[in-house]
Amino acid sequence: MATVIVVTSGKGGVGKTTTSASFATGLAQRGYRTVVIDFDVGLRNLDLIMGCERRVVYDFINIINGEANLNQALIRDKRVENLHILPASQTRDKEALTKEGVERVLNELRQNFEYIVCDSPAGIERGALMALYFADEALVVTNPEVSSVRDSDRILGILASRSRRAEQGEAPVKEHLVLARYAPERADRGDMLSVEDVLEILGIPLLGVIPESPTVLQSSNAGVPVVLEDGSDAGAAYGDLVDRFLGKNLPHRFITTQKKGFLKRLFGGG
Amino acid sequence: MLLRSPRFATEPAPPFELKGSLFTLTVLHLFQLDRDAIERHLARKVKQAPSFFNNTPVVIDLEDLAEPPANNPDGMNFDGLYELLRGHGMAPVGVRNGSPELQAVARRAGLPLLPDSRSTGATRKPERSEPAPIRSRIVNHPVRSGQQVYAPDGDLIVLGTVSAGAEVIADGNIHIYGALRGRALAGVKGDVESRIFCQSLEAELISIAGRYRISEQINLDPADRGKAMQVHLADDRLIIDHLMR
Repeated sequence: MATVIVVTSGKGGVGKTTTSASFATGLAQRGYRTVVIDFDVGLRNLDLIMGCERRVVYDFINIINGEANLNQALIRDKRVENLHILPASQTRDKEALTKEGVERVLNELRQNFEYIVCDSPAGIERGALMALYFADEALVVTNPEVSSVRDSDRILGILASRSRRAEQGEAPVKEHLVLARYAPERADRGDMLSVEDVLEILGIPLLGVIPESPTVLQSSNAGVPVVLEDGSDAGAAYGDLVDRFLGKNLPHRFITTQKKGFLKRLFGGG
Repeated sequence: MLLRSPRFATEPAPPFELKGSLFTLTVLHLFQLDRDAIERHLARKVKQAPSFFNNTPVVIDLEDLAEPPANNPDGMNFDGLYELLRGHGMAPVGVRNGSPELQAVARRAGLPLLPDSRSTGATRKPERSEPAPIRSRIVNHPVRSGQQVYAPDGDLIVLGTVSAGAEVIADGNIHIYGALRGRALAGVKGDVESRIFCQSLEAELISIAGRYRISEQINLDPADRGKAMQVHLADDRLIIDHLMR
């Protein structure tokens, strides 16, 4: 039975697409047949982050409209086996996402995949609602900043009331918190919310903390999911996140200020 | 001259007409069939109020009558009772209640059986309708930003936090087993006795029966943050107090 996971946040620019790309890649790396769908119709980005923008022929909307079949539209990732990408249309808008169409595509994908990752657009309008409607689990991405946390709270409310599971009275969508762009020293200084602050407000289990890292920007510009950058903090954090999602009990890293050693203080960096 | 429809114009006028009517009758509750005792008691009653016993119709109620011994030679039959009552200015018109045997005796004596008033639907007291209990609305999950929950007619109980940007409303009290960070409006239909209770008061707005304070005006002592608080109305002013003194 396939699991549908929405990556959502409410607010834009907090790291949804980065998280979707790395989460899906991490699941595939661990051997699970995984597909990641870009729901951001009209603002197609996932293909760029995944580095497959030059191989897009058909898209999600083409399939919904019956203009192509799934095999024509799914893009196989060249680096990781078991990973497929279903890109969004750049020329259409969110109105093209119909509930019946999305359901039909998801049902077809369920036949062949174990994990279906839905990369939600920002906002709480049709695109975001369609991305989360069929979800079994949700990764709620938030930044340690009040407006982002409030928007995530809003999305959690929508997940609890307007998802298919909520409407049909089934078990609620399982919620996971992903705290991205976290800088422990700035949280210590009080410039940003701490992990505890965010957990106190949102009250859902913490799946992972992704440290603020220049590697995220570099790898997204290079079209490489950051989880593949093993040596970087952010890549390692995403790896831990995937393992935790799959049931491993790992301590959270990158949430406390690291004491700089003598040599590091002398030569800088870190 | 009676107006009649043409259809009945040729028919002769009927000799009588049957109509229902209600009468107030005296009921004689008979406890025992001791002729002497009845006569003594009757004589006393007649002496007390002679004008009352002037051919007064009575119904004999047999419900509380102890069953006479099966073959009581001195046992009274209804003929005897009938004459006794007539002799004291009463006119028995019928019996009610009693065992089937007694009723059969009464029928033989020419006394009709009147329906038991308690068993007839028309005279039975309507079941007293209890007012529907006022239901509290219980919310088992946190109330998130953008959500609004209303408890009409009663209390609202939230098992979780009320987030900033959320709104909880009740005609009665509001109980929040978590932090109140959004808006809470109790007694929105004007109940000045209603209150707001929460585990931590960090509200954007609190209101009772229309009197409100916004976050800026709440001015909670920082030491009280995270403490269980209550809000109530006294002399038309919102009072914020510790839940536990």
